[in-house]
Amino acid sequence: MNSKTQDLCAGSGKTARGVVLATLAVGFGLPLVLLAAVLLLSPLSKPAMLMAALGAAGVNVSGWSVTGQYVAWIVAIAVLALILLSFGAVISGMTVWWEMRVSSRMQSRVGYNRVGAAGFFQWIADAVKLLLKEDLVPADADALLFRAAPYFVLTGFGLVFVALPFGESLIAADMNVGIFYITAVTALIVVGILIAGWSSNSKWALFGGMRSAAQVISYEIPSGLAAMVPVMMSGTLSMQGIIRSQGAWPWEWHAFTNPFALAAFAIFFVAQLAEGNRTPFDLPEAESELVAGYLSEYSSFRFALFFLVEFGNLWVMSAIAVTLFFGGWQVPFVGPEAFAAARGVGDLPGAAWWGLQILSMLVFVAKTLVVLNVVVWVRWTLPRIRVDQMMTLCWKYLVPIAFVVFVATLLWQMLIARLPVSATVSGAVMFAAAVVTALLFFRQTRQNISAVGDRVDFTNW
Amino acid sequence: MDKLILRRVDQSNEEMILNFGPQHPSTHGVINFLVETDGEVLKRAIPDVGYLHRSIEKIGEIVGYPGFMPYTDRVDYVAAMFANEGYAMAVERLLKLEVPARAQWLRVIANEFCRIASHLVGVGTMTMDIGAFTPFLHGVREREVINDLIEALCGARMTYNYHRIGGVAFDLPEGWRDKALAFLDHFDKFLGEFDRLISFNEIFVKRLANVAVIPGPMAVNYGLVGPNLRGSGVDWDVRRDMPYGAYPNFKFDVPIGKGFFGTTGDCFDRYYVRCLEMAQSSRIIRQALETLPEGEISAKVPRNIKPEAGEALARVESARGEMAYYVVSDGTNKAYRVRVRTGSFSAMCIIEDVSRGLMVADLVALISSLDVIAPEIDR
Repeated sequence: MNSKTQDLCAGSGKTARGVVLATLAVGFGLPLVLLAAVLLLSPLSKPAMLMAALGAAGVNVSGWSVTGQYVAWIVAIAVLALILLSFGAVISGMTVWWEMRVSSRMQSRVGYNRVGAAGFFQWIADAVKLLLKEDLVPADADALLFRAAPYFVLTGFGLVFVALPFGESLIAADMNVGIFYITAVTALIVVGILIAGWSSNSKWALFGGMRSAAQVISYEIPSGLAAMVPVMMSGTLSMQGIIRSQGAWPWEWHAFTNPFALAAFAIFFVAQLAEGNRTPFDLPEAESELVAGYLSEYSSFRFALFFLVEFGNLWVMSAIAVTLFFGGWQVPFVGPEAFAAARGVGDLPGAAWWGLQILSMLVFVAKTLVVLNVVVWVRWTLPRIRVDQMMTLCWKYLVPIAFVVFVATLLWQMLIARLPVSATVSGAVMFAAAVVTALLFFRQTRQNISAVGDRVDFTNW
Repeated sequence: MDKLILRRVDQSNEEMILNFGPQHPSTHGVINFLVETDGEVLKRAIPDVGYLHRSIEKIGEIVGYPGFMPYTDRVDYVAAMFANEGYAMAVERLLKLEVPARAQWLRVIANEFCRIASHLVGVGTMTMDIGAFTPFLHGVREREVINDLIEALCGARMTYNYHRIGGVAFDLPEGWRDKALAFLDHFDKFLGEFDRLISFNEIFVKRLANVAVIPGPMAVNYGLVGPNLRGSGVDWDVRRDMPYGAYPNFKFDVPIGKGFFGTTGDCFDRYYVRCLEMAQSSRIIRQALETLPEGEISAKVPRNIKPEAGEALARVESARGEMAYYVVSDGTNKAYRVRVRTGSFSAMCIIEDVSRGLMVADLVALISSLDVIAPEIDR
């Protein structure tokens, strides 16, 4: 980085202390408040717990009819869903900020540095700006579909949060078909994109919509097959069930206890990149080919909704990957007994239980951020593949490999049934291999940096 | 009135006709293509030029000889040094002027820096068109240093107006040589980093190798020049084969396309020839700075330039290939005719033939691999 850029970056050090404090307060406070609300409300999403809590609060619930109890329960669920969606939006905004900061460092740029410390509030400023813009509908567009498309996308995105775990008890609804449900509702996003592409009455948008349909539908197959691997290993479709069947330590994670699961993770990761329209699969909105793809004609808040979903999906895909392959929220040294013991026997759990919940949430968020960061790195490093290469990669490579991995996992499960120690051996060996790979990666990075005469330097971050 | 070009489009079938430009992000300036597509596959792309025509050649006949020099910057604003030099050389031939050695050397130094800057933009925008944004900004970051150097040399960062009829405008500022050498030391390492970052990236190679192949004979027939011609495996460089200025004094290789990852003449060859040329430019600048002679920076030129009636042709190897200035004098202080032959125009002509059967994404790769610059097409 040359000295000019460095001087500009150093400007962030001169930010007033009040601004830094406000930024830190909002940056940590907003998600924490929202998650705390989820934490408080999610146990209440069970009718019995809700009634007990209302009873404890001094409301005479015994006099309520069954319908009344249901109404109270539905209200609690709706509030919970709203908070989850807000959390999704906040996370999506913060992802934008994180991505822009990382990318500006990768590209020797200054990046966000105006609104708040380190430009943290840029996503809020952007959203406000987009809200104030004119909501334009092209003259010859199919106005109804054009207006409706963002809602499909937002619905598909919002519904995912219902079954997305954040901690031991932090899940809006732990369905017994969790991962299946998530795969199903995310398909709504492509419907929205296709509608957007078609209704815009623009050739570029149509190109983008068609590409997106071909891409997302194709990649659902390897993605679904890869997601079946951890499902088979844990014997349940429930998100919490999959996490509970893994251990807290890395060598107990699905990704490592079965060598084929690591391959499945690779397939899942690539397929999710494609489904989320992320580089190298950002063909539907390839700006150098299709101007802006299906977004070409959108402006104002409808555009913002598409963007919110796109960046929120980053979080969603990382969270799903962590759930399926990397042990989710499992905290080392804290087993299910510890949670049960901390909960106590009363109607409402004890203080220690709440502490453990927060701990599990932090573990989950940390793991998700690591995966998310990899996605950001990938986006700002790789070029885009061509549309036929995208199809070839899916049908000729990912789908067959996913089938092989699927069958191999079946055989592996039979081996484990006979020889339970093989899971531990595989876990240890694969984890060691992963650590060595990571170390080699960092060594190579270091060498690459020193080869141009630079040094590893985090001071201007 | 119907646009003439629309008559060329076959409207009898159900193929989609797309206006690829003039405000398309990857046409880099105002170029339009009428694209007939069948889904993702192109039937053909018809280039539609003329959006940036500024009558520069006509201006050359209206203003006096020295007065035209700043206008030549606008012929190719990404590599303005060569446009300056070509015009200066043509008028010097008309005047039968001998340019002092130091001026020749300074011209080479400035030109080669300009070539690096232009190629950085060329390969950078190419990576951006393929979808990788980071290499472009790395390239522009290095170009920024070159801009600073050239600004120190002549006060301008883009439209240099550095060359003069009979020499150059300014001598090297104090300490410039050390700064330039320090940058070149860094830049040679940067080229390796750039290759690691993008050139040999699997996706990048797969996107460019074997795409839009222009065989050598076809390139010659269409009059391609410069890196585009050399990318097709034709070994031709004006700097070496028709030496001018100080170039015979320096050792450098002329990289040609060998089908690095596919067929000779594919997009990757055209891309990588530019990367290799940057290393050679750096080599030339080092030699020139090493052997820079003392002396005048400009020949004695009369204030009122009035060449004898006659004509002169000067060819220079621009960043975009051979650039020829043809100047006709009628004995007055204004040229009778100025004609500029530029590489981008012939590169545009070949697009229609090469684009048959490509995909939309390949068309973007083809346009950027030819490194077409809008002002150079139309002038």
